[in-house]
Amino acid sequence: MEAFSELLEQLYFTSGNNAKAALIKDYLASTPDPDRGWAVAAIAGALKFDFFKRNTVKKLITERVDGELFAMSYDYVGEVSETVAHLWPDYEPSVKLPALSEIIDDFMGVSRNKVSGTLANYLSIMTPAQRWALLKLGTRGLRIGVSARSIKQILADYGNKDISDIETLWHGVKPPYTNLLLWLEDKGPKPDISDVLTFHPVMLSHPIEEKHIDDFCPHLWQIENKYDGIRVQLACNTQKAESQKALFSRTGDDISHAFPDLLEAISGNLVLDGELLVMHKESIDTFNALQQRLNKKKPSNALMKTFPAGMIVYDALVIEGIDLTSLPLAERRKKLQDYLTQTEKGINPRLHLSTTLFAASADELRALHQKVCQNRAVEGLMLKRLDSYYVPGRPKGKWYKWKRDAFTVDAVMMYAQRGHGKRSSFYSDYTFGAWQDDTLLPIGKAYSGFTDDELKKLDNWVRRNAIGRFGPVREVKKELVLEVAFDAVHTSSRHKSGVALRFPRIHRIRWDKPASEADTLETIVSLIDT
Amino acid sequence: MHPSQWMKIDNIGLYCKPGDFYIDPMSPVQTALVTHGHADHAREGHKHVFASHETLAIMRTRYGEEMADEQQGVAMQTPLTFNDVVVTFYPAGHILGSTQILIEYAGYSVVVSGDYKRRHDPTCPPFEVIPCDVFITEATFALPVFRHPPIGDEIAKLLHSLAVFPSRCHLVGAYALGKCQRVILALREAGYDAPIYLHGAQIKLCQLYQQFDIALGELIPVSEVVDKQTLAGEIVIAPPSALADRWSRSLPNVRTVMVSGWMQIRARAKQRNAELPLIISDHCDWPELLQTIEEVNPTEVWVTHGREDALIYQARKMGYRARALSMVGYDEDEQGESFHGSV
Ligand SMILES: [Zn+2]
Ligand SMILES: [Zn+2]
Repeated sequence: MEAFSELLEQLYFTSGNNAKAALIKDYLASTPDPDRGWAVAAIAGALKFDFFKRNTVKKLITERVDGELFAMSYDYVGEVSETVAHLWPDYEPSVKLPALSEIIDDFMGVSRNKVSGTLANYLSIMTPAQRWALLKLGTRGLRIGVSARSIKQILADYGNKDISDIETLWHGVKPPYTNLLLWLEDKGPKPDISDVLTFHPVMLSHPIEEKHIDDFCPHLWQIENKYDGIRVQLACNTQKAESQKALFSRTGDDISHAFPDLLEAISGNLVLDGELLVMHKESIDTFNALQQRLNKKKPSNALMKTFPAGMIVYDALVIEGIDLTSLPLAERRKKLQDYLTQTEKGINPRLHLSTTLFAASADELRALHQKVCQNRAVEGLMLKRLDSYYVPGRPKGKWYKWKRDAFTVDAVMMYAQRGHGKRSSFYSDYTFGAWQDDTLLPIGKAYSGFTDDELKKLDNWVRRNAIGRFGPVREVKKELVLEVAFDAVHTSSRHKSGVALRFPRIHRIRWDKPASEADTLETIVSLIDT
Repeated sequence: MHPSQWMKIDNIGLYCKPGDFYIDPMSPVQTALVTHGHADHAREGHKHVFASHETLAIMRTRYGEEMADEQQGVAMQTPLTFNDVVVTFYPAGHILGSTQILIEYAGYSVVVSGDYKRRHDPTCPPFEVIPCDVFITEATFALPVFRHPPIGDEIAKLLHSLAVFPSRCHLVGAYALGKCQRVILALREAGYDAPIYLHGAQIKLCQLYQQFDIALGELIPVSEVVDKQTLAGEIVIAPPSALADRWSRSLPNVRTVMVSGWMQIRARAKQRNAELPLIISDHCDWPELLQTIEEVNPTEVWVTHGREDALIYQARKMGYRARALSMVGYDEDEQGESFHGSV
């Protein structure tokens, strides 16, 4: 455990990807299995469940530390794990802590009612830095600036292997990755994943630029709606003794458990790429409806009936067990269309072939974009080269997305809160509101869209204009207008205003604009998805 | 008469009406009593300054010989009178020459403790507990998350890093007054006897410490090093503000070390771009603040200079009357950190 904590400490304070990679490779070379594999899993965010819940941690600390003092400390530190790590009152140093893997085994084996006691015992023999490492590990909250993608690159470098090998293997191997690591060190065979349904890294698009539209040439491109759902990959092999099905998010997270209704109906040996939506037969429900499903790890039957999951399929990587990724899009599309419309297994009420659209010229394309954007279930257009192979990552010049222009409103800052992590000393999370008659009603919260300089100015403004405090939240004078950009508005019962914005971010700070001239709730309601 | 009726805060500082003097005033006054030499306590331009001999020397080093019209060095534990008010200076254990000030008037006593700490510090005599009615305490690190580790552990981290990165110049950011000298002494105590290199801003105050017979070992100004590449594997101490500026670019393969009590909070250490944060403070940590209040055992605590709300809350829980002493120049929030002296 000491080495793991030491590694995290160093990674945390080291900037520069190369230096971080060097630290991790050094750790891999000097740490035995299975500890090092667990560390990789923790850093890559590949642990499948929490060892303990955040609430357990909160409960333990509130039993030991005064609630007010905890609140003030948390407000200052900006992060629960670190606050707890410092506030934990007991410390009996032990000569040597158990190995990381022993601690993990302990949490995996312990019965539910003993988790909290086990955690308390460990916290009491650790230093604040080690406690922090354990709390971050156990709640899967490690953020030390090493992405899942870069850890794969580091593993590839460590073993002198190709990154695509690692990516393909990744979803077929499990922590603590003993076989993978031995293979990387040429001490064992390449892990066999032929029996495992794996995630295929997806092909991504670039934002379209004006020049691409000007150069538009109709026979080169497939045009589709860009749907307002989430990108998923459906993988299925029901032709084996033990049939397997999985739904992956675009980053490879397995989200099957949340969508049994979709998976239930699928059979065959295939990998499909598409958009997950709530669909009532052919008709697409709002993103808000999908949100109801995404929030539930285990949906009830009633919920699945009210918000049935469907998938608009726009590409196929595997059909009938045959890999199609090295065929051009035009051919993949043909096979997909045949499969979904003409085969017994393919015809399925939950699977819908993505419609292709047509424009004969750049002007027609512009008109088409304008037209589709009037439909609020659509976010814009996708343009895909008909000759594009299915290449993981973001190859240049192949796929483009053309999003709908964002909406903006002028809202008034109402509350501010400190950010987390790097931003914990700044008031960087802002709640803003719109007018209803002469009162402001909060309509959302934003914590991005501004530069570091603007953040400093906003922070300073909050400090000078704070008028009240509710725990960590400062109320401010209702004087500063924020121009907020967002992608859509939904109705919401959670907010008093009755609306919720999608992806709100600060577009501009209107230092010049009087608060009384900010927008009304009515204006925002008029933009609601229908 | 209760001190709240004869001590007051105005936009200059803490004022004692019957004695007609200010303590640590922020702008020029007739009579100033100064607890210690940090810039958020000691300013130039007063008519008459009373402070320890060391503090006066520090003020002269910073502001020049003419820093005040009249300068009066005060001996510890020797009462002075200002009208009917009796004033006595006591050690505060914060930095060289740092003092607390006991004020007695009309049957009541007030201790202005200035900045103080309870840990061992070879550059100054230890904090003395002075029983009083009103104890005015700083609250720089007044949150229970602050528990400063022993200085030896932190210095060991620096020495370990030197061993692991023998070719990197270890650039240590430490405030020029107090922190810099304390780090040097702790390195010496840990057996590090190589020369230590100094940024220009650190030199005068180190020389002053040496004049007060504090042995700092061999110190070399970086400006006198012709080939900066030879500083690989050496320790260079500079003010925190100089870590990121052009000056540091001439140093070879820098590893940034930041020394401050704030380094305990990782986001802050990260914000300062510290690769190696060392938690060394010239202030009390939370347990020491509470210990001090208990030992002084006043009837009332006035809190200033930092995280007032937490300490007031805790002092009340401990059964003391407590309130905030909102002081000019003593910013309650982070904006004060950079401005505030050695933390
Ligand atoms: Zn000070
Ligand atoms: Zn101070």
